[in-house]
Amino acid sequence: MAVAGSAVGLGNFLRFPGLAAQYGGGAFMIAYAISFLIIGLPIGWAEWAMGRYAGGKGFNSAPGAFAAILNKPWAKYVGIIGVIVPVMIYMYYVFIESWCLGYAVKFWTGSVDLKTTDDAVAMFKAMSGQLADGSALSFSWNTALPWLLVVFVFNFWLIYRGISGGIEKMCNLGMPVLIVLALMVLARVMTLGAPDPAKPNDNVVNGLGYMWNPSKVQIERTQPAPGEAKVVEEVVGAAAITEAEQKVAASGGALKLVTITPWQQLKNPLMWMAAAAQIFFSLSVGFGVIIVYASYLRKQDDVVLSGLTASSANEFCEVALGGLITVPAAVAFLGLASVAGQGTFGLGFTVLPLVFAKMPLGMFFGGAFFFMLFIAAVTSSISMLQPGIAFLEEAMNVGRKVSVTILGMLTTLGLGFVVFFTKELKALDTLDFWVGTFLIFILATIQIIVFGWHWGIQRGLKEAHQGASIRIPRFFGVIMKWICPVFLLTIFAMTVLTSVFGFDLSTKTFGSASSYVVDLMGGMKDGKEVEANLAAKLSVVLVIVVACFFALLSSRSKAFQRAEQGLNKHD
Amino acid sequence: MTTSGLIVMLLSVGTAATLFGWCIYKVLTTPRETEKVHGVELHTPDMDGEG
Repeated sequence: MAVAGSAVGLGNFLRFPGLAAQYGGGAFMIAYAISFLIIGLPIGWAEWAMGRYAGGKGFNSAPGAFAAILNKPWAKYVGIIGVIVPVMIYMYYVFIESWCLGYAVKFWTGSVDLKTTDDAVAMFKAMSGQLADGSALSFSWNTALPWLLVVFVFNFWLIYRGISGGIEKMCNLGMPVLIVLALMVLARVMTLGAPDPAKPNDNVVNGLGYMWNPSKVQIERTQPAPGEAKVVEEVVGAAAITEAEQKVAASGGALKLVTITPWQQLKNPLMWMAAAAQIFFSLSVGFGVIIVYASYLRKQDDVVLSGLTASSANEFCEVALGGLITVPAAVAFLGLASVAGQGTFGLGFTVLPLVFAKMPLGMFFGGAFFFMLFIAAVTSSISMLQPGIAFLEEAMNVGRKVSVTILGMLTTLGLGFVVFFTKELKALDTLDFWVGTFLIFILATIQIIVFGWHWGIQRGLKEAHQGASIRIPRFFGVIMKWICPVFLLTIFAMTVLTSVFGFDLSTKTFGSASSYVVDLMGGMKDGKEVEANLAAKLSVVLVIVVACFFALLSSRSKAFQRAEQGLNKHD
Repeated sequence: MTTSGLIVMLLSVGTAATLFGWCIYKVLTTPRETEKVHGVELHTPDMDGEG
C-alpha cells in the first residue's frame, strides 16, 4: 500500500483528465498507452537500476549518480536537470496542493454553495487567483494564501524534523479510502444520465464517447475569416451528429461536418509530447525523484517489481478512476464546448465540486475527496524535495538541516513568484510546459540513452535483475536500446519543428509558433499579433537562474569530482 | 459513444486493473517480497544522521 500511496498524486485525478480533454480524448489515450509501454515502464526500470547502482557508490543525488555512471566532468551538469525538475515543479505543485486543502475545508464547513457552472468557475478563479496578478496574495477564506501557508509550513516541518512515519501511516490508511471514495464518485457519475433535461446531448455516455472515441466529429467553417477559429464545435453521439448535419445543411455551405480519424490526430507531435509528459509526470519517471530514492535501496531489494507495482497502481488510479470520472461528468454538466476549453487543472477544480454539490452527502464526500487528494499530494511534494536536499548535501558537503533550510529559502522565492503571477495561471502554466514537460523529456531521453548505450542492455538488465523476483521480458531490451530513444528523439524534433518554427504538418508550410513560444517571443496567437508575456518570460528566467546556481555548486563539489574519477564517495 | 470507443475504454481499463491486480498478487505470494518492494518512501537514511 505504501508503494501505491507514493505513486498516486494530483496528476491522476486532475492533470490527466485535463490533458485528455485538451487533446481530444480517444486519440490521446492511444498515444498515452503507447507511451506507457515504450517509455514509462522502460525508463522507470532504468532509473531504479541506475539509482541503486549510484547509491552503492555512495551517491544519492542525480548529478552524483550521472557522474558515478558516466565518469565524465560534464556528467554532473547533465544531472542537475534531475534537481531542477523536481525543485521547480514543487514551486507550483504545492500551490495546487493548497487548493485541495482549501476545497476540503470549504466543503467540510458547508461553505460551498454551487448551483451553476459559473459558480464553480468563480470559486476556482478566486482560489487560484486567476482574476489578476497578485490576487492570490489576499488573505481570505476564498483565496489560496491561508491554505498555502499551512501546506508550505507542513511540508517543510515534516521534512525538516524527519517525522515521516506519521504521514506514511496516514497515507497507508488514506489510499484505500481515496480509492473507495473515487469508486463511489465513479458510481455517482455513471448514473448521472443527462443532468439538464433541456440539454439531452450533455450526458455521461457522450462524455465517455468524448473521452474514449478514437475518431472525432466536428463542425468546421468552410472559409474562416482572418482571426476566426476554423473549428466551430465538436459533436459526439448519434442525436448530436444528426442535429449537426441539419445545422450544416442550413448554413448554405458556410459550415461542413468533418470526421477526423485517430491517424490524423496522432500526427500532432504536441499531443505525443503531452502524453509522454503525463506518463513521466504521474509515474515520476524522468523527474529526478526515482533515481534518488532508488539510491537508498540495497542490492537484495527488488527494483523490477517495485517499478512495475508503482506504475500499475498509478495507471489503475489514472485510467480506471481519473479517466472515467472527470471528463464524463464535465460533459454531462458543462457540455462538450466547455470541456474542450478547460485548462489543465480546470476540470478537477470546477467539475468535481459541481458533482459533489449535486450528490447526497456531497459536502462530506467532497471534503473527504479533496482531503485525500491533499494527502496524496503531500507525499508527492515531499518526495520532490528529497532530490534537492540530497543534491545540496552532496554538492555543499552540509548536513540535512542546512540543506533543508537553503532549499526552503529557494522554494519560497519560487513559490512567491508563481503565486504572484496568477493571471490566467501564466507562471504555473509556463513552468508546467518548459519544466514539467520539456525538461522532463530531455532528462528521460538522456537516462535511457545512458542505460541502453553507455551501460548497454546486458549490463543494465543485470543491474536491474539483482534481487528481483521477476525478469524484465527480453523484448524490452530492444525497446530500451532502440525504440524508446528513437521515439523520444523523433517527438522532440517534431515538437521543436512545429512549436518553435511553426511548421504545419498538414499543409507542409511554416506558420505561427505554439502559444508557449509566442508567450516568450511574441507573434501570432489566435489570429492576432501579440507581444511576449512578462510572466512567461520571467518564469523561464527563473529556471535559468536556478540552473546556474545548481551548476555553480556542482562545479565546486569535491564529492562529484570523486564520482567522475570512478571513486566511491566515502573511500 | 462508438463501438471502437467502447473497445478502447474496456481494453485500457481492463489492462490497468489486471496489471495492478497481478502485481499485488505477486508481491503477496512471493516469500519475503513485501520487504524487498519499495516505493518513494519518505524516510531516507540522511534523516537519521542528525538529531
